[in-house]
Amino acid sequence: MPMRRARFLTLTLALALAACATSSVLTAAPSSAASTTTITLVTHDSFAVSKRVLQGFEDRTGIHVKVVQAGDAGAALNQVILTKSNPIGDVFFGVDNTFLSRALQSGVFAEYRSPELSTVPAAYQLDPSHHLTPVDHGDVCINYDKQWFAKQKLPVPTTLADLTKPEYKGRLVVENPATSSPGLAFELATIARFGTDGWRDYWTKLRANDVKVDDGWESAYDGDFTQGANHGTYPLVVSYASSPPAAVYYSKPQPTTSPVGTMLDSCFRQVEFAGVLKGTAHAAAARKLVDFMVSAPFQADVPLQMFVFPVREGTPLPAVFAKFAEVAPHPLTLPAAEIGTHRDAWIEQWTETVLR
Amino acid sequence: MTLSRGARISLAVVPLAFLAVFFFYPVAAIVGRGLSPDGHVDLDPLGKVVTDAALRHVVWFTLWQATASTVLTLLVAMPGAYVLARYEFPGRRMVRALVTVPFVLPTVVVGSAFVGLLGPGGPLAALGLDQTVWAILVAHVFFNYAVVVRTVGGLWSHLDPRAEEAARMLGAGRARAFREITLPALRPAIAAAAAIVFLFTFTSFGVILILGGSRFSTLETEIYRQTAQLLNLPLAAALTIVQLVAIVVLLLVTGWIEGRRSVALRLRSAQETVRRPRTTGARVLLGANLALMFLLLGVPLLVLVERSLHPPGGYGLEFYRALGEVHAGSTLFVPPVDAITNSLRFAATATVLAVVVGGCGAFALAASRRRGLDTLLSLPLGVSAVTVGFGFLIALDRSPFDFRGSSWLIPIAQALVAVPFVVRIVTPVLRAIDPRLREAAATLGASPARVWREVDLPIAARALLVAAGFAFAISLGEFGATVFIVRPDTPTLPVLVFRLLGQPGPLNFGAAMAASVILMGLTVLAIFGIERFRVGSVGTF
Repeated sequence: MPMRRARFLTLTLALALAACATSSVLTAAPSSAASTTTITLVTHDSFAVSKRVLQGFEDRTGIHVKVVQAGDAGAALNQVILTKSNPIGDVFFGVDNTFLSRALQSGVFAEYRSPELSTVPAAYQLDPSHHLTPVDHGDVCINYDKQWFAKQKLPVPTTLADLTKPEYKGRLVVENPATSSPGLAFELATIARFGTDGWRDYWTKLRANDVKVDDGWESAYDGDFTQGANHGTYPLVVSYASSPPAAVYYSKPQPTTSPVGTMLDSCFRQVEFAGVLKGTAHAAAARKLVDFMVSAPFQADVPLQMFVFPVREGTPLPAVFAKFAEVAPHPLTLPAAEIGTHRDAWIEQWTETVLR
Repeated sequence: MTLSRGARISLAVVPLAFLAVFFFYPVAAIVGRGLSPDGHVDLDPLGKVVTDAALRHVVWFTLWQATASTVLTLLVAMPGAYVLARYEFPGRRMVRALVTVPFVLPTVVVGSAFVGLLGPGGPLAALGLDQTVWAILVAHVFFNYAVVVRTVGGLWSHLDPRAEEAARMLGAGRARAFREITLPALRPAIAAAAAIVFLFTFTSFGVILILGGSRFSTLETEIYRQTAQLLNLPLAAALTIVQLVAIVVLLLVTGWIEGRRSVALRLRSAQETVRRPRTTGARVLLGANLALMFLLLGVPLLVLVERSLHPPGGYGLEFYRALGEVHAGSTLFVPPVDAITNSLRFAATATVLAVVVGGCGAFALAASRRRGLDTLLSLPLGVSAVTVGFGFLIALDRSPFDFRGSSWLIPIAQALVAVPFVVRIVTPVLRAIDPRLREAAATLGASPARVWREVDLPIAARALLVAAGFAFAISLGEFGATVFIVRPDTPTLPVLVFRLLGQPGPLNFGAAMAASVILMGLTVLAIFGIERFRVGSVGTF
C-alpha cells in the first residue's frame, strides 16, 4: 500500500508539474526583445517559408512575425471576415482568385499599393483597387501517370473533351468543389472551356464515363491515383502543375524523370494574394511584410516551400522546377468578379449534376 | 453524500463556469450572430431546415447513420465485452488495452489506412465498400468498439453470474436467461454506451468525408460547409439548433434509462466472476471474438505500421528519418521531438483541466439525485467543432478573455471533450461508496469535511487517476476539436500528420505514416498506464 500511495503521489505531482511547466510556456511572450514590433500573419494551413528567409526580414526590419494558421484557404479567409470588427491579425495571406471578389466585398482589407508591384506582370494584378497584392500563382491541372499509359499503350488524353471518350472510362478522379480548392478550380476550368451553358453537359458526360469524386486532394492523389501512396487504380487525377517536380523532390532516391505528367489543356490558373487587414495597429510594419512577400528573397523561396510559382518577373526557379514542371502557355481562367457572383450557385449545380 | 448544500453548489460551480465561458458563451455568440445578423432576430433559416427537401434529407441521414452505427457497434461489440469481462486468458489485459486505441486515434491518422484497405487497388477493394455508407458504418464500429467494451464490459464483469445460472437451472433457455436476467441488469451501461457512440457518430466528420467521398452530407459536414466555406451563418445557426435539440433529447432519454434501475444489482468483484473458458463453446466464442477484434481493429492499425516501415524498395526506417529531415529549415518543419513534446504538454494541461472540472462535477453529481449537470457536461460531444471554434473567435476576443491566437485554447478544447468521460468514470465510483463508512466516521466524531477528506477522497483518488489517464489519451489524439482553432505554431502530432498528408510525394506520405505510428505508440503507453491502476473500479467507462 505505501508503495502504491507513493506512486500515486508521484504521478499527481508529475501531472501538476507538467501543468505548471505548460502554463509558463503557454503564457510566455513570443518575443522577449522589448524594442521589436510583433505583427501577426494570418494564413492557411499550406503556408510555408524558409526560416532563414523570414529571419532575414525580421533582422533587417526589427519586425517579429507571428504566423497563425487558420484552416484551409476558405476557412482562413472567412475567419478574418468574421472578426472584421476586431481583427485577429495584421496581414492575411492566401486569398486566391476564386475568393478574390468575396474578399474585396467584405471590406476587411486596407488599400495598399506595394512599390514591388512594378516587378509583377499585369496578368497577375487582378485587383485594380489595390487592396490585395499578388504573391504566387499555381495551376490546377490534370496529372497523368506516365508509366500506366505507356504500359497500356493508350495515348494520353490531350484535351478536356477527350476525357469523355470510352477509352478513358473510369480513369479520372476529381475533388468535390464544395470541399476542395483544386476541385473548385477544375470545375471553373470546365466552365471557362465549355461556357456557362455547356459545362453541365460536359459533367453529365464525365459522370456517365465513371468519373470518381473524392472529398479532397489527399484522398484523390494519395488514395486513388496510380502514382499515389496507395497505388490506386486511377491514372488521371486533378492536382497541380507542380505535382511532377514534387513527385521527384519528395522521393528518395530522386528519379531522373518525373513519373507524373501534366495535361496542359486542363490547367486553371490560381493566383494567391496578400493584404493588410483594416484596423491593424501596425500598418507600417504590415505593409513592409506585404512588400517582403513580393521581394526577391521570398519569391525565390516560394516554389520549394509551397509548390507554387513566383509572380515576380525574373525570379530564378529551382532546378527541380525548371526541369520537371511544365507550365501551360494559355491557362484557363475566369474573371474574379464572375467567379464571385456565381461561385456558390455553380457549386450547387455541380453537386446536382454529378452527385445526386 | 454528506456534503452540505453549499459545498455541493460550490463544487458544481467549477464545471458550470468552465462550460459557460468556453462552450455556451461561444456557441451562443455564433448562433446569435447567425440568427440576428443585423440586430433583429430572423428565424427564417430554421423554417428552411424544415421546408427544404435537401436539408431535411441531411437531418434524416444524420440520424439514420448515427442510429445504425450505434446499433451495429452494440451488436458487434457486446460479445467482445462479454468475453473480455468474463473469460480469463493469457494476454487479456493487453487485449483490453489495445481495443481502446482506435477510440482515441484521430480520423486523419486512420482514414488513410481505411482508404488503403477498401479503396481501389486495396486488398479489400473487391468488397465494393469504397464510398458507400457501409464504409462509414464499419469505420464507426472500428472507432467506437472500445466504448461498448469498456462501458458494458465494466458492469458485466461485476454482475453476479449466479442469477443467470439460477434462471438456467429453473429451466430457462440460454437466450431467455440472457434476455430476462442479464440484459435488464446491463441496461444502464448499454444506455450509457449507446449515448456516447451516438454522440460521436452523430458528429462524425472525417469518416463521412474521407470514406464517404462527399456522397454523403450530415449535419456536421453541412454546418462545416455553411460556416467555414460559405460563411452562411444564419443557416449554420439553424442547423446547430437542430443538432442541439437532437442531442438534448438523446441525452435525456438515455439518462432516464440509465437512471431507471429496474433490478437491484448485487455487484461482485471482477475477480470473482471471471473464469477460464472451459467448454468448447466458450473457447469458440472467445476465439471468434478475438479474431474479429484482430480483423476489425488490428488490421487497419497494422496497415499503418506496415506502411511506415515500407519505403520504396524494401523495408526500413527511412520514413522515420524523413520525419526529421523533410521540410527542414521551413516554417512548415516540425522536429518530431517538438511535435511529441507539444502533444504531451497540451495533453497534460488538458488532463489537469478535465480532472479538476470533471472531478468537481462528479462530486457534485454523486451528492445529488439530479442528472442535469451530466447532460450539460456531455453537450460539447454533440456540437460541431467548427461552431465552437468560430464561436471562440467572436466571443473570447475581449480581455480578460482574449484567448484568440492563444495556445490555451487547444487544451481547453481538448478538455471539453475529455470532461464527460472523467465524469462518467468517477461519478459511479463515488455513488457506490458504502454510506455506512461515512456514518461510522461521523459517529466517531469526524466533521463532514473530514469525512469527505478521509472516506470519499481516497476512494475517489484511484478513479480520478484512471480518469486522468483516459483524459490524457483522449487529449493526445484529439484533432477534430482543435482543427478550427486559430493557433500559433505549436503543432501536435495529429497536426503534423495532417500537414504531411497535405503535401505531395512519397516521402511526405511515408513520414505521415511514421508520425501516426509514433502517436499510436504514445497512446498505447497512456492506455497501459490506466490499466495498471484500474483495479475493480465500477466506473462506466
